[in-house]
Amino acid sequence: MHKRIDEPTGTQTVGHEWDGIEELDTPMPRWWLWTLYLTIIFAIGYVIAYPAIPMLNRGSEGMLGWTSRGGLAAETREANARHAAMLRQIADTPIEQLPGKPELMQAAVAGGRAAFRVNCVQCHGAGAAGVPGLYPNLNDDDWLWGGNLREIEQTITHGIRQPGDGQTRTSLMPSFGRDGMLTPGQIQDVVSHVRTLSGKEKASAASARGAAIYADNCAACHGPAGQGGRQFGAPDLTDAIWLYGGSRDAITATLTNAHAGVMPAWANRLDAVTIRMLAAYVHSLGGGEDFTAAPAAPASDAPEAKADVRP
Amino acid sequence: MTTVLARAGIWLGVLFLAIIGAALAVDKAFAFHMAIIGAAAFVGLWVSISRVDYAAVARGILHAPADPGKYDDDPVRWGVIATVFWGMAGFLAGLYIALELAFPVLNLNLEWTTFGRLRPLHTSAVVFAFGGNALIATSFYVVQRTCRARLAFPGLARFVFWGYQLFIVLAATGYLLGITQSKEYAEPEWYVDWWLTIVWLAYLAVFVGTLVKRSEPHIYVANWFYLGFIITVAMLHVVNNMDVPVSFFGSKSYPLWSGVQGALVQWWYGHNAVGFFLTAGFLAMMYYFVPKQAERPIYSYRLSIIHFWALIFLYIWAGPHHLLYTALPDWAQTLGMVFSIVLWMPSWGGMINGLMTLNGAWDKVRTDPIIRMMVMALAFYGMSTFEGPMMSIKSVNSLSHYTDWTIGHVHSGALGWNGMITFASVYYLVPRLWQRQRLYSLRWVNWHFWLATIGIVFYAASMWVAGITQGLMWREYGPDGYLVNSFAETVAALHLMFLLRALGGGLYLAGAVIMTVNVWLTIRGKQRDEAPMRDTAFDPAKDRPLPAAAQSAPAAGVAVPAE
Repeated sequence: MHKRIDEPTGTQTVGHEWDGIEELDTPMPRWWLWTLYLTIIFAIGYVIAYPAIPMLNRGSEGMLGWTSRGGLAAETREANARHAAMLRQIADTPIEQLPGKPELMQAAVAGGRAAFRVNCVQCHGAGAAGVPGLYPNLNDDDWLWGGNLREIEQTITHGIRQPGDGQTRTSLMPSFGRDGMLTPGQIQDVVSHVRTLSGKEKASAASARGAAIYADNCAACHGPAGQGGRQFGAPDLTDAIWLYGGSRDAITATLTNAHAGVMPAWANRLDAVTIRMLAAYVHSLGGGEDFTAAPAAPASDAPEAKADVRP
Repeated sequence: MTTVLARAGIWLGVLFLAIIGAALAVDKAFAFHMAIIGAAAFVGLWVSISRVDYAAVARGILHAPADPGKYDDDPVRWGVIATVFWGMAGFLAGLYIALELAFPVLNLNLEWTTFGRLRPLHTSAVVFAFGGNALIATSFYVVQRTCRARLAFPGLARFVFWGYQLFIVLAATGYLLGITQSKEYAEPEWYVDWWLTIVWLAYLAVFVGTLVKRSEPHIYVANWFYLGFIITVAMLHVVNNMDVPVSFFGSKSYPLWSGVQGALVQWWYGHNAVGFFLTAGFLAMMYYFVPKQAERPIYSYRLSIIHFWALIFLYIWAGPHHLLYTALPDWAQTLGMVFSIVLWMPSWGGMINGLMTLNGAWDKVRTDPIIRMMVMALAFYGMSTFEGPMMSIKSVNSLSHYTDWTIGHVHSGALGWNGMITFASVYYLVPRLWQRQRLYSLRWVNWHFWLATIGIVFYAASMWVAGITQGLMWREYGPDGYLVNSFAETVAALHLMFLLRALGGGLYLAGAVIMTVNVWLTIRGKQRDEAPMRDTAFDPAKDRPLPAAAQSAPAAGVAVPAE
């Protein structure tokens, strides 16, 4: 043991030495020690106040009676209570009457926006602009299956081409090229005709030939003038909106191998009020249609809409 | 002769097992791993029976001096080179995955290069390959010198080094091939875990054997920390990797612990991997290299005893703070939080002891970039061991959990503390191990210091901003009572921060490249012709303490301390 006074600090060494390393006999810093004691006192207090001590079957409950499950349940209850009255009113109001009650409609749009951000943005995008070639843009006024509140609600509830759902939106465009229903030359003629409908091409000999083929093969769903048919989800061919592309190549591809997009039936995942609010939100994005615009068979849809409202 | 025969027998046995494993393998990745093990066993067999002195050959390649004298430094030299090598690999992987987060196209649409597979490659490369090699190498160096004893079981020490490298290669290739047990920092599957257990017990034997052989009456504090690290990591590794293999010829296994128990065991392991691997082990490095480089005594022997035992006792209970607001029972969450808070001062004990050791040598911060690195390491150690307890407080954690704040926290510790103290130790060791007069360039060390420091600042600051942004956006409710943001929007909001993080990582990597070249040229025996760092302009007239000057008569003069 060679204790000595270390010159720069004036502190005595402990007297050990390893490979030239010595240690000073400095006392522990007071502030360090007191902060350590304070944290221990805090810990003891916290342990008394909150669940902390494991025992045979359960832990101690703590003086405050706090539990994380209890805290979550209380916050959830509170949040639900804030919305409960409004949600009940939305559920009880026939969807046709919703636009007539601006306050309810506003609440439904807000709730629908929240649900959209959780459930729908994965495909339709955070701004509901869709993805070209995959998922439709919901901001425009071009609707495949109908754009009034009831139709949107029906689409969300039962989905599009959802297997196992009897009321799902469904149709199947033939793959004219792949299945040999039209020759490649005929397909090119139809492409020319289809592109004249929206003014993308000028009329030509090819488009005249295509018009005849169109009348025989396409008009049944897309309409004689190409205005589309919502009962089949057949898009309007006269406008500038092309989910799967409007170039010659893209239309050729669609005619050769037809598209059949799917959307899940959300009734399996979401309650009826949430779906109604989603419908209100999607309707509010810019292209929502009034009920007068599509007066088709309200009698048959009304009881069905009621049946959706589950307790 | 019998030892040669025994060694050759063992390697032959391993080789046969590997061949059988490869032949009967139920999945391709397992067969590939058995081929790697077989190749390693073949090399082991060759080295044991061949008459060539491979140690001498290696010394020739590495320009290493022979060790006829007191200490066995060959494994230390290999370890230093491995540390630098794996460090480069790990930092590069880290930069790449940081860029993947900013630009997902870099996933390349290949299963092997997705973020999910490269991320464990990065974490294991920096923690276990870079950090682990640094710990093994420095522990072999420190234990010999502070015990004044040559390394016990020299053959076993070499096995530890090469066995550990095999573990790293198996782990890393496994991640790329999709072999994982999906436990953070414990991803390797059962057979790799078994191999690491063998290697680790050998490591324990070498270390304890050397301690037993010591010719010093007392065990130095660095060795307490090394021993605490080795023993606890052995325990953590074994308990967290209790698995049942689906087949002895396949890579898949299922853990013994399931559900919330599995989560608790995993985070008991995960947290103490930080506590004992990245804290205790690196504090051991600090306790040797800081006083040696500063040429000063340790600040307080008493503090080192108290903070050692407090740290060892408290760390092991703090794991549940990784599982706040989960299915873990409330009592366990509470204990995890309060033990983390009490851990604050014991952690700071190491920082105080390290920083205050510079008492009487603070001028070296100005002149010695290695000391500067050590000081920065201790500063980041102090900062992240304050941040950790703070983040374990439930109300803070409810904001910070699952966000990039956690990533920033872990990197201020890993880049700042573990990285910096390792770089400083490497710079200390290389000239001594290769018996060079000095490093190739001390000024390059200074460059490395600044690149690394600025890199860490970019990294930590961007992740604080990103994490708090994320946490606030997740919990943002509108006046209508509904959540405002979709998850995708919260990701998109972080893009700029992801870019700044990658910039920080790039700077850090650039510093490491400078170190690699510096170490390489030092080993080659080159010295850069440069002005010494100690020539700092000094004007004694300007260097006077203000209050003293104001009080005392000017005639009394100001004593200029002799350099």
